[in-house]
Amino acid sequence: MATLHTRSAARAMMAPSVLLLLAWMIVPLAMTIYFSFLRYNLLMPGMEEWAGFSNYRYFLTDPAFFQALFNTLAIVVGVLLITVIGGIALAILLDQPMFGQGIVRILVIAPFLIMPTVAALVWKNMFMNPVNGLFAHLAKAVGLQPYDFLNNAPLMSIIVIVAWQWLPFATLILLTALQSLDEEQKEAAQMDGAGAWSRFIYLTLPHLSRAITVVILIQTIFLLSVFAEILVTTNGGPGTQSTNLTFLVYAQALLQFDVGGASAGGIIAVILANIVAFFLMRMIGKTLEA
Amino acid sequence: MARNVSTQRKIVVTVAAWAIGILIFFPILWTFLTSFKTEAQAIASPPLFLGFDWTLENYHEVQERSDYFKHFMNSVVISIGSTLLGLIIAIPSAWAMAFSPTPKTKDVLMWMLSTKMMPPVGVLVPMYLIFRNTGLLDTRLGLVIILTLINLPIIIWMLYTYFKEIPGEILEAARMDGASLAKEIIYVLTPMAIPGIASTVLLNIILAWNEAFWTLNLTASKAAPLTAFIASYSSPEGLFYAKLSAASTMAIAPILILGWFSQKQLVRGLTFGAVK
Repeated sequence: MATLHTRSAARAMMAPSVLLLLAWMIVPLAMTIYFSFLRYNLLMPGMEEWAGFSNYRYFLTDPAFFQALFNTLAIVVGVLLITVIGGIALAILLDQPMFGQGIVRILVIAPFLIMPTVAALVWKNMFMNPVNGLFAHLAKAVGLQPYDFLNNAPLMSIIVIVAWQWLPFATLILLTALQSLDEEQKEAAQMDGAGAWSRFIYLTLPHLSRAITVVILIQTIFLLSVFAEILVTTNGGPGTQSTNLTFLVYAQALLQFDVGGASAGGIIAVILANIVAFFLMRMIGKTLEA
Repeated sequence: MARNVSTQRKIVVTVAAWAIGILIFFPILWTFLTSFKTEAQAIASPPLFLGFDWTLENYHEVQERSDYFKHFMNSVVISIGSTLLGLIIAIPSAWAMAFSPTPKTKDVLMWMLSTKMMPPVGVLVPMYLIFRNTGLLDTRLGLVIILTLINLPIIIWMLYTYFKEIPGEILEAARMDGASLAKEIIYVLTPMAIPGIASTVLLNIILAWNEAFWTLNLTASKAAPLTAFIASYSSPEGLFYAKLSAASTMAIAPILILGWFSQKQLVRGLTFGAVK
């Protein structure tokens, strides 16, 4: 089958996609690296000059950078904790026999299909607003002071909003994995007198381990780049309290027009993502062989 | 007795699952309900759940004041355009890798996937400058190009995993029966490939519709899709809850419906076939 003829045909069929992705991967990234060594501000065109590592030095000594780095990791870890633990619990619940399972599944999946700007604005205005938000009404109803979530706990509020969007993803994938668990195995464990807790620890959890790893790694890739939710709720503030790395680079580039500085920040973000990606690729590579 | 216990258990599980399901869905339900209230009713204290005068006024106003339909069409053109363009590039590629694999096929696939790992912010600056200098800033064409590029790896991967499931023996059988290559493609391969292609299209439209990094950074008003249009409600217009709700409801409804139809494919596509 794989004659010389079909092989060259196959190569021709793959060429457009390979060339496009190659260009997409190399050209802009090379430009970012180049810019990161320049003093280059869009407000002062024609004044570009070689800057060596000064952009990196500026970024790595800026207190806002460490705040952003911390916030980036806090968002990733916070959302992962909520979605993975919540997702396992929800998946186990939804796997039980019940009435109207299909409808419940549809309800649970919904937040994942909502565009990030809508999700964030609905939460910000209609729920977390300290005057007219639903939470404020609830607080008043039980005699408490309304709490200004986005001003007093901006990072936590964003974590909650993003977790609401990603909980369905974790649930859906873990539920799919759970449904492939052998019914007979469960019954056998039960016959042997294993309680619910030990069945969970020794049977369910090991069976889910691959799906959990996939959830963690894929979510991490997306969570490192949370952007729209921050833009429409807090705009990174107050101060830089809810600025993550992505938002910091955006602000440097499109608000301060500092091409050089923003590029250095972008490269730092790429390095961070690569460390995560390394593990993800190994994981998916293994499942490809299986 | 045993039957009794299990019915009881089933009822308890049902109640718990429905309660949690409704709780998770509640923000969407609330948005939907609020979109039919007047602005005064939308901020009434205590909040009105169902006992209000249903009105379509907000939908009308959102369209009148901000030309909603234009942004809606931008979303349609950008998501469908980038999906179709992606398919045209991806189908031959996935086909070749699935049906005449070489020892390098796996590496190529992994490499394609790795382009997806690049954080968008790493190339924001050059893409912004390229778009500005070529006049692609705030155009539908520009967004179609960029969304095609960022979703191409997912399209190829999904198609590859679907094509891989088409058994090679069927092709051989058709050939033994004397089918020509054209007939083989039209009568044997296409019908078997269409379900996979359809799921890929569905997932990709959802991803493109909701993409909110490039659409926010590379558009101003002319080509702004719904993600960017809704972002303009961030302040202070977002305080008009009823209008925000009407605009939001229209923005999310089509994708909610598409997504509910493609739950299974969602899992497969989003995990690159690692969980089926």
